[in-house]
Amino acid sequence: MEKTARTAPERIQKQTIRQHIVEIVSDSGEGAQKAGQSFGAISAKMGNGVWTVEIIPADIQPPARTKEGTSGIRIRLGAEKITNSGDEVDLIVALNEIVPYTRIERNELQEGTIMLIESKWARHDSQDIRSSYANAIDDFNRLGYKVYEIPMEEECLKFVSDPKKGKNMWVLGMLCFIYDRDMARAEAQVRHTFRTKNQKVIDNNLELLRAGYAWSEENLDFQFTIPAIATDEELVVMNGNEALSFGISAAGIEVCSMYPITPATSTTHHLAEYMDNLGGIVHQAEDEIAAIGFAIGAAYAGKTPVTITSGPGLALKTEFIGLAVMAELPLVIIDVQRGGPSTGLPTKVEQSDLLAVLYGQPGDTPKIVLAPATIEECFQFVILARKIAEAFRIPVFILSDANLATGVQPFPRPKLQAEWLAGPIDQSPWPSGLKPYQWDSQTGISKRPIPGQEGGMYTLTGLAHTPEAKVAYTPENNQQSSAMRSRKLAAFGRSLKPPAVYGDESGELLLVGWGSTRGAIEEAVDQARAKGAKVSAIHLHFLSPMEPGLKEIFSRFEHVITVEINYSDDPNDPLITSENRRYSQLAWLLRAHTLTDVDCFSNVHGHPLRPKKILEMITRVLNLEN
Amino acid sequence: MSSLISEFHLDLEDKHFEACDYQKGQARWCPGCGDHAVLAAVQKLCVEEQLPPEKTVFVSGIGCSSRFPHYMDTYGFHGLHGRAFPVASGVKFRRPDLHVFVVTGDGDCCSIGAGHWIHAIRYNLDITVLLFDNQIYGMTKKQTSPTSRMGTVSNTHPYGSVLPPIDPIQTTLGVSNASFVAQTVDWIPGHLYATIKAAHAHKGFSFVKISMRCPKFLPDLAEEKTSSRDHYCLLQDPNGIVPDEATQRIFRNAKLHDPTNINAARALAQSDDFIYLGLFYRDPGALRYDLYGAHNLGYTPEKKLAAINAELDRFAV
Repeated sequence: MEKTARTAPERIQKQTIRQHIVEIVSDSGEGAQKAGQSFGAISAKMGNGVWTVEIIPADIQPPARTKEGTSGIRIRLGAEKITNSGDEVDLIVALNEIVPYTRIERNELQEGTIMLIESKWARHDSQDIRSSYANAIDDFNRLGYKVYEIPMEEECLKFVSDPKKGKNMWVLGMLCFIYDRDMARAEAQVRHTFRTKNQKVIDNNLELLRAGYAWSEENLDFQFTIPAIATDEELVVMNGNEALSFGISAAGIEVCSMYPITPATSTTHHLAEYMDNLGGIVHQAEDEIAAIGFAIGAAYAGKTPVTITSGPGLALKTEFIGLAVMAELPLVIIDVQRGGPSTGLPTKVEQSDLLAVLYGQPGDTPKIVLAPATIEECFQFVILARKIAEAFRIPVFILSDANLATGVQPFPRPKLQAEWLAGPIDQSPWPSGLKPYQWDSQTGISKRPIPGQEGGMYTLTGLAHTPEAKVAYTPENNQQSSAMRSRKLAAFGRSLKPPAVYGDESGELLLVGWGSTRGAIEEAVDQARAKGAKVSAIHLHFLSPMEPGLKEIFSRFEHVITVEINYSDDPNDPLITSENRRYSQLAWLLRAHTLTDVDCFSNVHGHPLRPKKILEMITRVLNLEN
Repeated sequence: MSSLISEFHLDLEDKHFEACDYQKGQARWCPGCGDHAVLAAVQKLCVEEQLPPEKTVFVSGIGCSSRFPHYMDTYGFHGLHGRAFPVASGVKFRRPDLHVFVVTGDGDCCSIGAGHWIHAIRYNLDITVLLFDNQIYGMTKKQTSPTSRMGTVSNTHPYGSVLPPIDPIQTTLGVSNASFVAQTVDWIPGHLYATIKAAHAHKGFSFVKISMRCPKFLPDLAEEKTSSRDHYCLLQDPNGIVPDEATQRIFRNAKLHDPTNINAARALAQSDDFIYLGLFYRDPGALRYDLYGAHNLGYTPEKKLAAINAELDRFAV
């Protein structure tokens, strides 16, 4: 039953809330993500905390009106900063009655969730579809959702002949009314979203946006206000891949060599739009191996490059990673992790490449590994990575993931600095008598000759080599050169500080995370501490070398548990014993690194970790009352 | 401006490179291996062209041929098996000032690196490519190569290889945007040198297949190659590769061939009447990816920061 229009403003119940989780779900190709990203951007620009994450079907063109075809987006809004995608949905917009079931099956909805559903199916020519719709509405009511049937397509047809083009903007207009968004900002956002289209397309979408708002104002009986954070600070709003792209350009990196792979590639889509203006180029190589090979060539020639990939591409780059370590070439390798092994879960999040990055190459291959935990850190860490790579003559990895890649979050606008940019290539004559690998015996660091430097000529080789870069297979030389490459990690590690403890410095339980899970972990810690739990957390940003002091921090807690999105055996599973249990990846490392009995809490559901699930684990471990 | 030019001239007069300026170490190839001849020809080219050693880079893969950079006192990159092309492309892309050579072998280029080879032809960066084709794997001790004649007895095919070979000239001529394709042999120094010189002079991806002898693992074929002059035919054109007259007299067969004619070039590569030596094809107008790579070099920090800030504006609240 559609709610009938009433004009009295007092009809509308206004409610002020601290945070809300909104989802838009549809068939693939209906523009739910575009509407949701726009909604998130508008909200962030109004000063709300925002985190968005996309719901992506695995198929390119999945059949319409199917659960497996569910495509969409989650937008979490708050009065305060939002650091993760949160728990259950407060309001869902559904463009057909099938797609919400995907979310219901995954326990994403809760009693009281507001559901705004396209009502055209009630009048469909097909009896099957009409009864499917009617049954679904019965289900949704029975499950306790507050269902509003909305004639979305019917309303759109008043403005456009093809509602497929623009229904998402009508939905955006509806959400703008519900959350009391500033329509001037909304219109500016729509113009931005369609900036590459012609004026007619922009005008149509603006018209639908306004129509969605106007219809909702006339017909809906509720509205929410989320107070905005008052700040004078200039903010930018972007996803993690866009932040990586800005990091690449702000680091002065001129060569980005890549091969398309989900979920990494959108970084280079953004970069390719503007890199030409700042004197850089995105090179799309013929394959993943060539992408890193090309980058390594650029590194050798003095242009510290970046190559960006995801799990399967990382696997293909293995041999060249070994060469970069052996030849001591500076380059930045970004891995936007997805579910594995093999092609795995291309669009979904996992933190499963940690051990592959650290140990995936034959031989000993010391390298530096960073993991940003926020969108802002995706930006900052590329700048840091290039500097470390050049100072230590070493490949530096940045481990992002699909959650950061598609998550959109506001952060303070970076104040760009010239000193972040790579300097010009050193073409001064090479110091006489200096060897191409003249390792400092304390630090392992050596100065690198760059083609063009007179007197610096040497032949780089992946074979074992002497300080003169001469091929040498002697036991002493191989031992010494291996030690020198490894020593650089110890030298770099001297610049790191122990991680800050979130919560009390000691207690019953310490959670250890890395990468994109930080927000969810700390939110769960806050909730547990509010209930009196003696729980704290640390979050690691450096995985190789690791931040110092971990063993000492661990010793102040009764239990230490890593929280990760990768596989571990459940100790209660058949055949699993304390001896053969396979731990999650960081736990595995920490156990070896600290000789502490570190436990793990992990899964490979392909979804960002929910604060509520972490809270349940804390409650269970500490035997707390719920 | 004038002072810059005069400094440049002074610089040139100050430095003259001799053969010894390009030589490094003792080449560790077998006696009678064709690789020695190419090394001598390349060092001669460096002297004649006065290539500054610090501006010259030899990139190789893995194999006998790929030891080449170790014997040149220039910059060198002895990388991974099959991967010389992407590395060399990355070196050249933003460094138009460097002279970049790729030294590769039949296994390196036509087998494990074949994908890169095809795309490197298409990219057409200004790189001189020397394919050392001895039709056998030498470094790993006599395995079948993709260019081995069918029936070649090797350690992987002790009863003779069972597949027909790839023809590197045919393959290269078949790829879009090919810009320079030539064939020579290691045992006719005059032709070898004239070919490498023309390849280096060409602005683009200059592909030179050098038929090589491997007296260690294919001694009979090595003998056959050098003794059967009747099999070879010199491609002649005023715009082609013109070796000295003494070298021309070595050939018993010659054929006029217009190197701008791609169809004629492909027909020659496919014909089995002769092994044609010389320039099959040259297109100086083929699109060059290195020109694209160097089109926005040297931006000032101010310009870079302004461009990033302009983009950040689009994401600003």
